[in-house]
Amino acid sequence: MVNEHAVFFSRLLTELTLTFHIIYATIGVGVPLMIMIAQWIGIKKNDEHYILLARRMTRGFVITVAVGVVTGTAIGLQLSLLWPNFMQLAGNIIALPLFMETFAFFFEAIFLGIYLYTWDRFKDQKKHFLLLIPVAIGASVSAIFITIVNAFMNAPRGFDVVDGQIVNIQPIIAMFNPAMPTKVGHVLLTAYMTSAFVLASIAAFRMLKGSKHIYYKKSLYLFMKLGLVFSIGTAIVGDFSAKYLVEYQPEKLAAAEWHFETEKGASLLVFGLRDGEDVKYAIRIPYALSLLAHNDPFAEVTGLNEFPEDETPPLYIHFLFDLMVMIGFFMVGVSAIYVIGKLRRWRFIHSRWFRWVVVAGGPLSMIAIEAGWWLAEVGRQPWILVHYMKVAEAATSSDHVDLMLLIFCVVYLILGIGSVVVLRRMFKRNPIEKEIADRHAEKGGGIS
Amino acid sequence: MSLEVLGISVLWLFLFGYVIIGSIDFGAGFFNAYSLITGRNHILTNIIQRYLSPVWEITNVFLVFFFVGIVGFFPKTAFFYGTTLLVPASIALVLLAIRGSYYAFESYGSRGHKGYSFMYGVSGLLIPAALSVVLTISEGGFVTVIDDQPILDYGALFTSSLTWSIVVLALAAVLYISATFLTWYANKAGDSAATSLLRKYALIWAFPLVIAVIGIMVELRKHNIEHYNRMIDFWYLFAISAVMFVVTVWCIAMKRHYGVALWLLIGQFAFAFFGYGISHYPYLMYPFLTLYDSFTNQAMAIALVVAFVLGLLLLIPSLYLVLKLFLFNKDYVRGKKDHHA
Repeated sequence: MVNEHAVFFSRLLTELTLTFHIIYATIGVGVPLMIMIAQWIGIKKNDEHYILLARRMTRGFVITVAVGVVTGTAIGLQLSLLWPNFMQLAGNIIALPLFMETFAFFFEAIFLGIYLYTWDRFKDQKKHFLLLIPVAIGASVSAIFITIVNAFMNAPRGFDVVDGQIVNIQPIIAMFNPAMPTKVGHVLLTAYMTSAFVLASIAAFRMLKGSKHIYYKKSLYLFMKLGLVFSIGTAIVGDFSAKYLVEYQPEKLAAAEWHFETEKGASLLVFGLRDGEDVKYAIRIPYALSLLAHNDPFAEVTGLNEFPEDETPPLYIHFLFDLMVMIGFFMVGVSAIYVIGKLRRWRFIHSRWFRWVVVAGGPLSMIAIEAGWWLAEVGRQPWILVHYMKVAEAATSSDHVDLMLLIFCVVYLILGIGSVVVLRRMFKRNPIEKEIADRHAEKGGGIS
Repeated sequence: MSLEVLGISVLWLFLFGYVIIGSIDFGAGFFNAYSLITGRNHILTNIIQRYLSPVWEITNVFLVFFFVGIVGFFPKTAFFYGTTLLVPASIALVLLAIRGSYYAFESYGSRGHKGYSFMYGVSGLLIPAALSVVLTISEGGFVTVIDDQPILDYGALFTSSLTWSIVVLALAAVLYISATFLTWYANKAGDSAATSLLRKYALIWAFPLVIAVIGIMVELRKHNIEHYNRMIDFWYLFAISAVMFVVTVWCIAMKRHYGVALWLLIGQFAFAFFGYGISHYPYLMYPFLTLYDSFTNQAMAIALVVAFVLGLLLLIPSLYLVLKLFLFNKDYVRGKKDHHA
């Protein structure tokens, strides 16, 4: 018995929760690493500015972590509340990484609490730095475990179905499914990349608003360098992801590329408008799709028409794919120009307009994250567990999902506004100039 | 011990952990908000903040551990409880979301913000009430299976006196546990004004706790005689719990041995909680779901147990470190130093 109404609203509520949660989750995975790098540089160079950078990031981070934790709790429980049939099935095969994720989460929570309340408690800064390592590891490892579950939904492995019964279950094989390496790599690197660009964006914004402090120059340069490294990494893993799709989920790639007919030397379409299978106004890059799919400009790429129509995803994912990739390349470009410009003393990278481009980079990277997750989730449709269970079969039969959707809309609105207000107030009340002056007064010298 | 029993024991132990530290946490938030409104915040706020700040996120993980673990060990619970709990669990989630984030907003963002404190104080108190409904549903009688789909009868649930006596128990227990713990903590911090106020709260909330327990036994006898009889079979567990309760209250009333009182409090709830759990065996939800028919496959069960043991090896030293740094560190407890980022 499928309750269409419940299916529709369950999808909507899950989309809403994920869309909101992923903002805080991305920051939650990426920022601890940024804090770690800043604090490490501060200790190595004996430069108080980087230490302060780490400290101020930590203060902001606890606010985003709080929202990340509670929305993560929400999605964790909503999996069972909205998709009980799926969880009953998946619980048998993929519960292991979900379970291990809670340990990673425990580990992170414990050390974050300690790290947060032990600033200057140790004489040796390095000891305090060591407490941060489990936080960063815990954050990244929980992302790895959760992404493994998502990878499993795309490429279910580690079990056999005999007469409608699931048998021969191998939890480890289920975890190391074919989708896992590229997905995990992509999620981690984009989280680091996005966090770096968001932080760079904040520094650039403060500079545009008139702050001349060297602190912002240092932090901008640091995060642009990190952003460059991670965005290049993202592009490389992105390429591997395309190769994965060709091999295991060709219909997802074909739908994302609006590639209908199987052909050799396929060209890549960027944006465009579609009328049936006719695509107009698209930028057509010859041989690029074959190159992307097989590293060979003349290779054959399977088209969407080879698949049953009721097993292919909605075609609007094309735009999500293009948006994600375009922002990704744009950010590689922006950060490369900045870093090279810094080394070769190009003056325009310090101009107002270029600063605004850097400021835009933060929100743009976050939009790319959203587009990427929508692509991943909508691109898997109609399946919740590819070739085994459709989304419609997985949903709850309860009649009250629409009301819950409404309630969660309000809650996320409150949390979103609340977190922004609190963060703004926190840093406005205590700008870097003031904090340095205060520390200076307290210690009686040492920092300029 | 069979894998089924091992699995549920581990989960029950973590849920017990959540009940204790969650109660301390939620009760503290409520007392904090209450004292802000009645203008007595100067007495309590410091003590409460110092305890709560480093641990709130850890508290939340205990809950996550429980619901992820139960779906792992007993996947069928996802179907039965997932379908029927949509509304009550969503309400609990909303409250948890408000509580967690406003707690962080207040303590890391704007210290002493009255609106934020009120938000997390009140939402924290409603969480145990919302979560306790799960225990009521597990007693059976509120869920019917139609066309293979379990359906919750909201009317019956919310008009049942069993539901409301469990809600009262949850609230009274939260405030009693929290007040007793904080009495010990304030005493350790050498804060006599806070100690004497919290001590009063502990004594006040001990009374409704007793009433609620008696109420539940009466209601359960009417509602689920099978479970009631099993509880009577294990009467000695509840008797030990009751003795511990009496001694705790005596210690607090006599203003002495707060440390002993705290351990007895934990013991009291441990015996009652496990007494309840053992007498509930083998049902996860009367009469549809037992440990055995909902259990996962052998391979997954072994993998989960191995992961659990490895996880504990990480977890126990880390928890020990937290306790050492914040709960048993005199300088920290007394608020001599502030090392917040």
